[in-house]
Amino acid sequence: MYNKVLDTDIAALKAIVGEFMVQVGDEISEDYGHDELGGIISMPEVLVRASSTEEISAIMKHAYARCIPVTVRGSGTGLVGAAVALHGGILLETGRMNKILELDRENLTVTVQPGVLLMELAAFAEENDFLYPPDPGEKSATIGGNISTNAGGMRAVKYGVTRDYVRALTVVLPNGEILNLGAKVAKNSSGYSLKDLIIGSEGTLAIITEAVLKLVPLPKVSVSLLVPFPDMKSAIEAVPHIIRSKVIPTAIEYMSRDTILFSESYLGKKFPDTKNDAYILLTFDGATDAQVEADMKIVADLCLEIGALDAYIVDTEERKKSVWSARGAFLEAIKASTTEMDECDVVVPVNKVDYFIKFTHALADELGIRIPSFGHAGDGNLHIYVCRDGLDEESWKKKLAEAFDRMYKTAEEIGGLVSGEHGIGYAKREFLKRQYGETPIALMQGIKRAFDEKNILNPGKICY
Amino acid sequence: MKILVCIKQVPGSSNVQVDPVTGVLIRSGIQNKMNPYDLYGIEVALTLKERYGGEVELITMGPPPAKAVILEAVAMGADRGTVLSDRKFAGADVLATAYTISQGIKKCGEYDLIICGKQTTDGDTAQVGAEVAEYLGLPNISNVCSVDEVKDGRLYVTAALDNKTVKESVSLPCLISVDGDINTPRLPSYKVKRSLTDDVVSFLSFADFSDQDPNHYGLNGSATQVERIFPPEKNTEKHTVSGNADEQAAELCALISKLKLI
Repeated sequence: MYNKVLDTDIAALKAIVGEFMVQVGDEISEDYGHDELGGIISMPEVLVRASSTEEISAIMKHAYARCIPVTVRGSGTGLVGAAVALHGGILLETGRMNKILELDRENLTVTVQPGVLLMELAAFAEENDFLYPPDPGEKSATIGGNISTNAGGMRAVKYGVTRDYVRALTVVLPNGEILNLGAKVAKNSSGYSLKDLIIGSEGTLAIITEAVLKLVPLPKVSVSLLVPFPDMKSAIEAVPHIIRSKVIPTAIEYMSRDTILFSESYLGKKFPDTKNDAYILLTFDGATDAQVEADMKIVADLCLEIGALDAYIVDTEERKKSVWSARGAFLEAIKASTTEMDECDVVVPVNKVDYFIKFTHALADELGIRIPSFGHAGDGNLHIYVCRDGLDEESWKKKLAEAFDRMYKTAEEIGGLVSGEHGIGYAKREFLKRQYGETPIALMQGIKRAFDEKNILNPGKICY
Repeated sequence: MKILVCIKQVPGSSNVQVDPVTGVLIRSGIQNKMNPYDLYGIEVALTLKERYGGEVELITMGPPPAKAVILEAVAMGADRGTVLSDRKFAGADVLATAYTISQGIKKCGEYDLIICGKQTTDGDTAQVGAEVAEYLGLPNISNVCSVDEVKDGRLYVTAALDNKTVKESVSLPCLISVDGDINTPRLPSYKVKRSLTDDVVSFLSFADFSDQDPNHYGLNGSATQVERIFPPEKNTEKHTVSGNADEQAAELCALISKLKLI
């Protein structure tokens, strides 16, 4: 159904992006055959590094005419195989498109190319006294990737997710046509929101080549609290109380002692406190010390009242670094602690977080496997890792399948969804189909066909 | 074991502006914090207290609001502290600062071990610790990267020199200056902070000291005078190397040769 990449295609691609920006066959590093989770492996036939919207348009015109599949890739930090070229063809890397094009202080927006890294954007915003609120743990992800998965991150409790910060997009359609979607406006009731269809579409509908993102004024004060609890049950049970207090922290994260110890050994750096079994990490931000202090006090007092052993104050750059750098490394640390793992990124209603976490603990005991987790207790998005450890291939596959089956079923039963922020990609398609059923999937397939009737853009993902 | 940690309140941001005319740090609107290097010293002290028992006290010099760093250290687990505060102490250089602190320590009591951070982030001289030891007539070890043991009246430490690490032991009482990044300082406890009262902080002024010669303190007692403070020039010059890999390599090589780096 797709054409193989021929020498004439290579020549055409080199003519578009330059000879040194095209790699073929064995020249391509094996890293381009998988993403961060590594379980799904497929090499592209050709790797192309584009540097502009026009180049991407020309590449797509060629691919469209020749019916060659194209998969877009940012930093390759995805976790569901979305940026893996399942059908070979062209892997289009946007890393060279890494310029911050404009800071608009009047409309509070920043315009970026898709290859800008999240950490670069965050630093740029801060240098200019602004905040780009979405804060996923993987700071070396590209903004293009963040938009493609509608990444959430740790500040979602107060500030929302990537979708809430995308004002406009420039995209290239599968046939090479360039479109501007959305605008630098705060409101928009102008027909179907095509921009919002692109957000979270994991590179299946169009290629993002420029994004106008909303910024907010940089909060002047930010303080975190690391709250130790005697066990995970009491830590998780504290979260609904915190939410009911009506103080809105920017983040509410939960973490177990085990995960922290993995992170210590992974980073070679001690965490400030590992005496207790479970912790909740909260952040408060605001314009003044008094405001932040008042919020912090309400939550700290409440936590102590309901069983917290203390509440440690994380108030300086050094202290924040010692705590948050460990939090940022949890995924890598758990990965390093086992032989193989797979992850479940379900999102459940906030008042069901404790129920779901307790369920995973019971499931781990029942199946005799390790299922560590951490995540955004404040927004219901949990990151749960099923670890292989010493299991043989057959038992691993069997136990993993059962664990996943039961976790997704339970999440659905309590009103949750398959993915909170990592996306569906290739790895979670079956769970999406199972939960959504025929009609929603058929509608998604119809949308896909409307954008990409030849199905050349990132085929085999989400709803196919 | 009775331990004293010398601490200091410093500007909370590393991007402190300097008034180009007066050469004075512009402190208005800037939050203050504990000198980050001192936190490592406090952690060493608290770890020793956990291991050998005893008490951890603090001493700082500064205006009255500097008591905030004492309260913070108490919230981390220290017992109490003293602020040396007097207008006569203002404008002190390293020598006068070290002398004032040594006078304060003599007034506070006797300690088995005095711990200083490596340096402060505002003065950056890394001299006060050794000078305090000299004024108190105590043996001193700098660049301590780990405190290994206390045994038979001696302290066993590891110190990092430029090109080697040395194991040393020293008789107590003594003073050590500890390096940065040698531990992860514990966090202040909200639970302790909530119940803190001001009686964990004492104030000492010039009138409390045994040496009543005002010429030994502050600007008058300083051997050095600051003529000008200016921020170091930031080199923001960038040179972008472009072209394909071979062209970039050639250009980079030519550039490094031109700068006489190779």
